[in-house]
Parts: sequence; C-alpha cells; structure tokens
Amino acid sequence: MTSDTTADVAHEENDDPRASFRVDTLPRGLRSALEDYVVRVRRGDPGGLPAVLGLLVIGVLFSATTPLFLTAANIGNLMSQASFIALIALGLVFVLILGDIDLSAGATGGVAAGFAAQALRSGDLHHAVGSGVYTALILGMALAAALAIWKRLYVAGALILAGIVLLVTGADETHVWLAFALAGSIGVAIGVFNGVLVTSLGIPSFIVTLALFLTWEGVTLDAVNSQSIGTSNYKPWFSMTHDNMSAAQGWIFLAVVVGGYAVSTVLRQQRRARQGVSFDRPALTALRVGVLAVAGVLVVWWFNQNRNPNPGPAIKGVPWAASVPVAFMVVFTIVLARTSWGRHLYAIGGSREAATRAGIAVDRVRIGAFVLCSTMAAVGGLFLADFSGGAQPALGQGNTLLYSVAAAVIGGTSLFGGRGRPRDAILGAVVIAMIPNGIQLHPGLPISVVQEITGLVLLVAASVDAISRRRSRNA
Amino acid sequence: MTDPILRVEGMNKSFGAVHVLHDVDFAVYAGEVTALVGDNGAGKSTLVKCIAGINSIDSGQIYWQGEPITIASPSVASSLGLEFVYQDLALADNLDITQNMFLGREIRQGPFLQDAEMETRARETLRSLAVRTINSVRQPVASLSGGQRQTVAIARAVLWNGKVVFLDEPTAALGVAQTRQVLNLVRRLADNGIGVVLISHNMNDVMEVADRIDALYLGRLAAEVLKKETTTSQVVELITSGRSGSIGLAAATAAQSA
Repeated sequence: MTSDTTADVAHEENDDPRASFRVDTLPRGLRSALEDYVVRVRRGDPGGLPAVLGLLVIGVLFSATTPLFLTAANIGNLMSQASFIALIALGLVFVLILGDIDLSAGATGGVAAGFAAQALRSGDLHHAVGSGVYTALILGMALAAALAIWKRLYVAGALILAGIVLLVTGADETHVWLAFALAGSIGVAIGVFNGVLVTSLGIPSFIVTLALFLTWEGVTLDAVNSQSIGTSNYKPWFSMTHDNMSAAQGWIFLAVVVGGYAVSTVLRQQRRARQGVSFDRPALTALRVGVLAVAGVLVVWWFNQNRNPNPGPAIKGVPWAASVPVAFMVVFTIVLARTSWGRHLYAIGGSREAATRAGIAVDRVRIGAFVLCSTMAAVGGLFLADFSGGAQPALGQGNTLLYSVAAAVIGGTSLFGGRGRPRDAILGAVVIAMIPNGIQLHPGLPISVVQEITGLVLLVAASVDAISRRRSRNA
Repeated sequence: MTDPILRVEGMNKSFGAVHVLHDVDFAVYAGEVTALVGDNGAGKSTLVKCIAGINSIDSGQIYWQGEPITIASPSVASSLGLEFVYQDLALADNLDITQNMFLGREIRQGPFLQDAEMETRARETLRSLAVRTINSVRQPVASLSGGQRQTVAIARAVLWNGKVVFLDEPTAALGVAQTRQVLNLVRRLADNGIGVVLISHNMNDVMEVADRIDALYLGRLAAEVLKKETTTSQVVELITSGRSGSIGLAAATAAQSA
C-alpha cells in the first residue's frame, strides 16, 4: 500500500471514529467492564448470573427456614455431596460445548470405581471377576488403545496401554493410587469408544451413550460381583469426601490459585497494553485479584475452624471434596480459554462446517472431548464410591448423571453447544446438591420433594438457556 | 496489460457422460476485478472448484504467475495464495471476529493463544480495507449483519495473504446499503493489488465493480470482454445465447452446445 492511501485511511478515521476500531485500543476500567457485561447479558450470554441467583434464592430460603442449614458442619457436608456431581459435570462441559451429550458418564464412573475397588479388595482381580470378564476387560482396553492410536490420539492410547500394563502385572491390586490409575485408564478407554462411535459411524451421541449407559450398568455388576465393596479402609480413597486439607495445605492451595491468577492476569494485561489492544486498567485487575483473594482467605479461614458440633476430634480444614474439583476447574479453564484446542472445541460447537473448512481436525478434537468427559466421569465415580460408603452394584446409576447434566446447564453451559465454562459445573453442582441437602434438614418435608424441585430447577435453567440462545440469534 | 497472475488454459471437465467444461480459457489479473458470469449450470462453480483443488481436471493447464502448476488439493490452493469465500461464509457464530479470522491458523506461543497479536493483525487487515462498518474486532459474529459477515469472510481471505480471492455471490443475500458496502470492499481489494474473481448473477453489481467480464455459456467461455467496451445488454446476450453481434461463440458452436 502506498503512503497516500495510508494517509487517506488515517484521514477517514478522524471523520468516523468507528473506522479506527478505537474501542479495541482503549484501556478498560471498572465502568466499561460493567458496561461490557451488561451488553453481553443483553446479547443473551448471562454467564453465571442465573446460577448465582439460584444459589442465593435457595440458600436464603433454607437459611431462613432452618437454623441447621447455614452451619459450618452442614456446608462441609454440602461439599462432599456436590463433589462427584461437580467432577462429572466438569467433563460433561466439554461434550456439551460440542453440542453433544454423554449419558453414560455416571455409569462410566461406576465401572471405573467398581474395578478399582475390586482390584484392591481381592488382591487378584482375575480370580475375583472370573476369566470371562477379566479377558473382556483387557481385550476391550486393547481395542480402545488401537482405536485411539488409529485416530492419532496418542496420549489417550498411551494411558490405556498403561492401564493394560497395570492389569497384566497386577500392580493395580497393590496400591490405592495404582488402582485409581486403572480407573482413570478405563475412563479414557470408554471415552475413546464413545468418541469413535459418534464421529466415525456418525451415530448421535445421545444414542451411543444411552446404549452404553445400559451396558456399563451391567459391567459394574460384573466388576463388583453384585456386592457392595467397602472402600473406607483405603486411606486416600476414604479421604476424598471424608477428609480435609490441613490448615497449611489450605493456605498453600489458596496461594497457588490466587497467586497464579494474579501473575497470569497481570502479565496478560501488560502484554495487551504493549501490543496496543484494549487492556484492563491496573485498578480493574487489582480489584479482580483482590476480590478473589479476600473471598478465598475468608473461605479458607472459615473452613480451618473446627466445625464438629459435638465434643470429640476436631473437623477442620478445606475439604478435599472442594479443593479437588476447583483444581480441575482451574486447569480446564486454562485449556478452554487459552489453547487452540479449546478454541477449536468452541468453533466446532458453533459451526462444525466452519471448523472443517478452517482445516481443524474436527473428529480428533471431538474424540478428545469425549475422552476427557469419560475420564472425569471415572474420577467422579471414585468420589461417588467413597461418598456412598463403597463401590455399590448400582454405583453411578439413578440420578447421578441427570444431576451432573443439570449442574452444567444450571451453571450456564448451553445444551445447544458452543457455550460453556468449567466454572459452570462447580456453581451448578453446588446449586443441585443444596436442594437435597436443605430438604433433608426439614424433617416435615417428604423426600419426594427433592426430585420435584430439582426437576423444576433444571427446567428453569433449560428455559434460560433456550431464551438466551434466541436472544443471541436475534441480536 | 501485465501478465495474468492466474491463467487457465483449455480446461475440460466431465462428470460421467456430462461434459461440464469445454476448453475453457480463463485469466485473473492482479489489481483487477474479473466477473465470472453465466446462467445456472453454465459451469461457474465447477470451474471454481477445479481451481480450488476440490475437483480434479480432465485436461488443460493452470498457470500461476506464468508457471504451470497442478492444484491437487485445497491446501495447495491456499498455500499458493488462492482464497475462496463461499456463499454460506462458514463462520462460527459463537466466536468473535478475530477468532473467526484466525480459526484453524491461530497465533500461538507454545500451546497458548496470543490473542493480543491476533487482535492487532485482524484490526490492521480490516483497516487496510478501510472497513467502516465494524467498530470492534472483539464483536461476536452472532451480532453481525449479513454485510458485516461478508466483510469478515473477505477480510479473512485477505489476512491469509490471498493473492487471488474468489467471491461466490457475495451480495446475494444483502440489502441495498449492505450490497453497497460489500461492492466498495470488492473494489478496494482490487485497488490493494489483489486479483478478485466475482461470481455473480447480478448485472448491476458486475457492471459496477468489474474490470473484465468472462461469460460462460453451457460450459464454454463465450467471451471475455472489458467492462468499458461493453454494455449490460451485451453481457446478458452472452449469458443467454453465448453470442452477441460479432463477439461470442460461433453460431454453429453455440447451437451445438445447446
């Protein structure tokens, strides 16, 4: 371009402020951040707003009607009740962003936790489940590994192969962490099956995962021999929903999360300022970090007080049931918002055609999302087993999956694809877990109310989702 | 006149028994808008798909900057600097303008996206096209009008260093004001030195922005005419009957094709 035309453009910019993309270069203060937020909500992206409102309404309602609700002991319990829903929902966010669904996530957790528990208890998985089931497990995982490598998901393939090695050597029977590794590996394998069936055969994910949901229910029975297997003897497993971080661990965890957020945000905004694109003013960044830090300090300090209402050993510290899901949320948020894999996932959810034409390996990204979902389902299954007092024959069935899907949707993840964040899963899980928690504190209310209210809350969330989608289309 | 940047010589293409392209010669010049016109089924799309590497060609030769080349796949076309903006645009509604422009070719440092750099480059590209209808590169595409979407799709082609940009019916779905914006943009692309191919049914658009007009008639190139030496009615005649006065296909050929 000649210097003449450049001058021309510069001249036109003065006439028309829009041509200069001025809003893209201005620093953002608190005011413009709030304005942007209002614009986003108007455009049909309410973010976490409905979930926070739901949290407040339900929380205030229960606090007003029973003194037992807003006690330290009960909030500690609430974390355990929400943990497995949050973990499964964290995985579901990935497939929901694609516009797909995984109905087998709960049952996947049952299978993974069932085999892990059986391996630990029996010390000889082969003998305990019988040759048929054991052989089928190894062959199934070998097939999944082959499919993963064929689809160029090498990390998934390696993780499944590692699981096979654990099985063959019997290492999974010797240590709790190795049994967890087996559970994770089974989750990866199930995710590969889901993903390959959906992408290669083109079966809707709704059908694939509905069919496998039934299958995994049966496999869970095989894994635990139709008996409940207690897991409370295995220390890290029993800690999941029954134990807390030490006071020091809680502070370190908080320092890492808040410190990491502060450093990455400041560096990012400085970089944006240098590049000449709109950046948040230091005051706004300081406010964000400050609010997070203050809230975090209050929560950790509060959890570090003894919450055992009875005399006896103190119960204190941040529950692992709260910190583990939050840690996963942080990692997944970075993956979705800051990596090209995350960007491609959103693009596929928004328009698969656009993603394909842009040269994105659509199938590979989609299978990866299913793998992450099933792996998180396995992690959630481990927490659920601990919460349920052991690997039950019906582990992960019933309402587990529905509550997890509801959690993601209530948090703000769209059922139509293209929109969702990991924090939705956490927020929504707390809302979902609060309902049975609060109702059980009202002895006068029948238990049937739990499902009735939960269903209605989900219906409201789905309506908000549908309405905001319509708004964003008409905008 | 300078040499064409892209030239097709004697291209033939059949689908089974149907001979879709007959010895088509076609050229695109840098800094010019070449309109590709023709009735439905005249072979416009097939010609473009052959150049894009989507369809193979039966015979004929493509020259890029004077060198004979083979375009075996769409990736070869884009590595040369051929960009195609199809009618349905293929934008992801849930992503913003910058994210769409860089989709599949994000700027990264290690695994992490470099959003600031991408925003700067998206802005520079839109500025170089003197786009005045968009005020932020961070606007979600869902909130854009048809004309703005077309602008984003065209800007994406320019961002990727398109030396020749094919636009398939860019104004088909647009209102009057938006058509004007897009036509201005088409003209600016050419003024910036890009070779533009405008595929269109709309004679007003063609007569307004094109420098030369290539009319296809039943799979044959009826004529290549310069806009300043022709009239709308002459172009319409070339489209509908393959000939107009002394130019166009010989009467016998036109009749035989029909």
